[in-house]
Amino acid sequence: MSVLSGIVFWVLGALAVGTGVAVFRVDSMARASYALAVSFAAVGLALLLVDLEFVGVVTVLMMTMEMAVMAVFMVMFMGMNPALMPMSMTHGTRTPAVLAVGCFLLLGSGSVLVPWPTREGSPAADPTASLGLALMESKMLVMLTVSAVLFATVVAALCLAAARTRYDRFGDDLRSRPVDPIRGGVGR
Amino acid sequence: MTLQTVLLVASALFSVGLYGALSQQVVVMVMMGLELMLNGVVLAAAAFWWFLSPSPDGQVLLLVVITAMTVEMAMGFAVATLLHRTAGTDSAESVAELHG
Repeated sequence: MSVLSGIVFWVLGALAVGTGVAVFRVDSMARASYALAVSFAAVGLALLLVDLEFVGVVTVLMMTMEMAVMAVFMVMFMGMNPALMPMSMTHGTRTPAVLAVGCFLLLGSGSVLVPWPTREGSPAADPTASLGLALMESKMLVMLTVSAVLFATVVAALCLAAARTRYDRFGDDLRSRPVDPIRGGVGR
Repeated sequence: MTLQTVLLVASALFSVGLYGALSQQVVVMVMMGLELMLNGVVLAAAAFWWFLSPSPDGQVLLLVVITAMTVEMAMGFAVATLLHRTAGTDSAESVAELHG
């Protein structure tokens, strides 16, 4: 790691943590989503410093789009211009702050005090190609599992989010009799 | 840039996300806290990959974490939509159950 890489990492790290704090400090949800997008972009760029080009670019692209979708949801649900409407909606900040500081002290002390082993092996000449080969060969099961999980997510999200329509005759209890306004069939 | 410094930054991200996930009322803001925690996990996993064992296995683990972030976001938005439709609210405190 060169000195320049170290400086760039510290800048990106400070940006990621600073905007991460800003997510819960700014007074509108729109600004919060933009701050989170910047935090993710900073982490994605930091991944590029360790030759994780594919994962870094995927992180930046995916999170940018995700925050755009989040902004749409905020406007849709809140029915106002969230960038102009200050808000402070918390359960209380004292206990979460104490827990967060404790978590940081625990993880941070572990990061510094644990005698980490030295690196074994060296990265491939093209880490992206090696990742692709792994996914198509030895780690194929991971790829198959992720595919099924994502498909299940699509189905589950649709079931949760879709409005109940006139085709929903049974409600949540499929063993009950359907609630039809007019009974069908020959013997009506 | 060492393993320890990267893990310190990842710890800070995780802790800030934990604060948000525990303190916020609005469902979307709780999701932002969870995303920030996973952001720290991604950074820590990348550091472990680079500084300890730069084999493809670590990259596969990173992809799994990113998939978890995607699933969390999709299901979170779906639950937020369901809450808005059934209870007319986006606050996690206003609902006692997720019964449709």
